[in-house]
Amino acid sequence: MSEHGNYDDRPARQQQVALIDLLDRLLSGGVVLTGDLVLSIADIDLVRISLRAVVVAVREQLDEQWATFLPQRRTLTGHGGYGDEPR
Amino acid sequence: MDEQLCYAYAVVRSSDPPERTALADVRGVAGAPVTLVRSGAVAAVVSAVPREEFSEAALKVGLEDIRWLEATARAHHLVIETLAAHTTVLPMRLATVYLDEDRVREMLRERETTFTTLLDRLADHVEWGVKVYAEVPPASPPDPVAAGRPADEANPGRAYLRSRRHQRQEREDAWRLAEEAVRRTEEQARGLAVERTRHRPQEGGLAQAPGENVSNDAYLVPRRLSEEFRSRMLHAADGLHGIRVEVTGPWAPYSFTAPLAPDAQEEARRR
Repeated sequence: MSEHGNYDDRPARQQQVALIDLLDRLLSGGVVLTGDLVLSIADIDLVRISLRAVVVAVREQLDEQWATFLPQRRTLTGHGGYGDEPR
Repeated sequence: MDEQLCYAYAVVRSSDPPERTALADVRGVAGAPVTLVRSGAVAAVVSAVPREEFSEAALKVGLEDIRWLEATARAHHLVIETLAAHTTVLPMRLATVYLDEDRVREMLRERETTFTTLLDRLADHVEWGVKVYAEVPPASPPDPVAAGRPADEANPGRAYLRSRRHQRQEREDAWRLAEEAVRRTEEQARGLAVERTRHRPQEGGLAQAPGENVSNDAYLVPRRLSEEFRSRMLHAADGLHGIRVEVTGPWAPYSFTAPLAPDAQEEARRR
């Protein structure tokens, strides 16, 4: 920052932030308003929702990846422990 | 108008609104222009959103959809960043939606004092994210082939146990160093940051940075101390092998929007 107390040194469009850092803030930070809100979204555990969203997305990816490999799945999971996988 | 709802991003001071031109280039979460709804000393930053996408039922579906969630979060963030470049901003949680602007005005009227108190506290402060990562060796058993030494070839069981022990020791060392790094970041923050919020350590599919995230903190720092804070944090883990400190920001004060407890308020005033 060039000048103390200067607002203009912050780029209006920063380099894209990591989604996970953004979700930390947007789903567990920010003012939560209830009462007049017609939508009770504030009552919902948003963090859990997002985690679920992430888990679902990851599972979809895995399913896609594994779809091709499923018949040989055993050879893919090589960390079963000593002796699990005869080499 | 029936088909539109009102999405609220943030509250700002109505005496110090961002210039019209600043918001002119920005589109909200559903592509609509971003405008102000004023009431007394405060104003809400809002945009129209289609009911079909932002009704309670639709939101429940949308929030489960990582693509929708990301697009909405990034659009929300862009509005907040644009505001933060011009004025003190009090961000709202993602997906704060009202029936119409009159409801927003009503909400502002009811909470004017709370909002001005929070805005005063956040003025000329920025948020920094500080994450400590450790390269913790994986808990899974080592590859017996790689771990085996020539002398142990006749006794792979013993070689295995030895390498397990060695691995456990490595993990313990890594955690000890990580704890030390977290302690150092806390120590370095003292005298610069005025508040701290701890987020959950990051894990799962979206956590793509290498290593294991052991702490995920946010600090509220006076703008004039911002660079010093950042550089202190970046060097906090110097000399600690396998430990990395990642600093993100400056952010708008997303993590510092909860009203302070009376004691803490008193303390903040004295500072």
